[in-house]
Amino acid sequence: MTDQTSGSLLRLANPAVFNRLADRLIAPFAVLTLLLFVWGLYGAFFVSPPDYQQGETIRIMFIHVPSAWMAMFVYAGMSLSALGTLIWRHPMADVAQKCAAPLGAGFTLLCLVTGSLWGKPMWGTWWEWDARMTSVLVMFLIYIGVIALQQAIEEPNRAARAVAILTLVGAVNLPIIKFSVDWWSTLHQPASVFRMDGPTIHGSMLGPLFIMGIAFLMLYITLLMLFMRAEVMNRRAERLELLAAEAD
Amino acid sequence: MSAFSAVLKRDLRLARRAGAGASLGLMFFLVLIAIVPFAIGADQKLISRLAPALLWIAALLATLLGLDRLFQADEEDGALDQFLLSGGSLTMLVLAKALAHWLVTGLPLSLAAPVLGLMLAIEPQAMLPLSLSLLVGTPALTLIGLVGAALTVSLNRGGLLLSLLVVPTAIPTLIFGVAVAKAAAEGRDFAMPLTVLCGTTLFALAISPIAAALALRQARG
Repeated sequence: MTDQTSGSLLRLANPAVFNRLADRLIAPFAVLTLLLFVWGLYGAFFVSPPDYQQGETIRIMFIHVPSAWMAMFVYAGMSLSALGTLIWRHPMADVAQKCAAPLGAGFTLLCLVTGSLWGKPMWGTWWEWDARMTSVLVMFLIYIGVIALQQAIEEPNRAARAVAILTLVGAVNLPIIKFSVDWWSTLHQPASVFRMDGPTIHGSMLGPLFIMGIAFLMLYITLLMLFMRAEVMNRRAERLELLAAEAD
Repeated sequence: MSAFSAVLKRDLRLARRAGAGASLGLMFFLVLIAIVPFAIGADQKLISRLAPALLWIAALLATLLGLDRLFQADEEDGALDQFLLSGGSLTMLVLAKALAHWLVTGLPLSLAAPVLGLMLAIEPQAMLPLSLSLLVGTPALTLIGLVGAALTVSLNRGGLLLSLLVVPTAIPTLIFGVAVAKAAAEGRDFAMPLTVLCGTTLFALAISPIAAALALRQARG
């Protein structure tokens, strides 16, 4: 089993093989994503009841929570890609990481924006320096740092390795930042904050939430394949241009 | 070890000959503190309450200031290539440079903090703990910055990017550093935040030189 997986991972190191695979998978994944979103959103809007305390605003949760999951999931995936870049010099690991960073930043931003929209009716303010929101904000900043470093270094291989190191440093530090922000927040606990995690989630909401989570995951995989395919083609085009220039 | 002390001596000498050296960082610290009343008004009570936070933010900014040149100057004049060719431990070299950087920024700031604290009307009993927290915490800032400096070594204007990379990672240090001074100002026990602050510094000491050395090696080859 292990041999097989490592074998197929090795074969995927060939960008052409990856692109052929992506060509075949993107359309079915896109359809699957769409169906899951229709199912999940229907559940979120029509099946799941309004909350007895929060009313209709609870429906923001069906976007907010999956994007928070994805924000963390994408970073974990990027850290694995970073290991792939540094240890095995896997060419597609670098492509995957480069394409995952903007997607992760997007999910994080979505989480922040929906959290803010939810906070206005619930807490009466757009922004609360609450532990979770603050940690997500810091995570967003780290994503932005990764993207900025990627864009700043011109030479692709050098950029890939620098970004991989930064991603791993970030991965090591994220739990520490999370811990210290939690501690800081208990120290500065505002008096009247409605706790998001106060009431436990009722079963009728859990189903659609779970489907939305899967839909977000599928959306991410589809977009990642799309972006990676474009990046591979982009690099090939650059290489061809370079060769043409050298031939002149 | 001789390479370590040679690099340390060289960097200290360079800092001294560059004119102001340590005192320039201090002056920057002073300027930052001096603009505070203009920004928030001459309300002594408010300033006194904000003082630990202001001193810590000033220390963070002062540390960031010289970081973008930390490895760049060596990269430009070829010294970095010489280090790499010499076959010595790059981690030790990086550590020596970090120590030199801290000796000319973090250390003077920590020692000067009580004087500046006076200007900011900080509670007398918080004066020494604040200084102590800076003494323990500023090495972490330098060490965290080290990684950012190594990652941006090949960039001409990496200063802004460097701050973007370094500041989020410095948040734990800032939180616990300010917590020490605040607890002391309110007459509470500050042993807990101080030990965690020591922990962040030790952690940075364990991780950063290795990450920075790796980043430098990748940038050169």
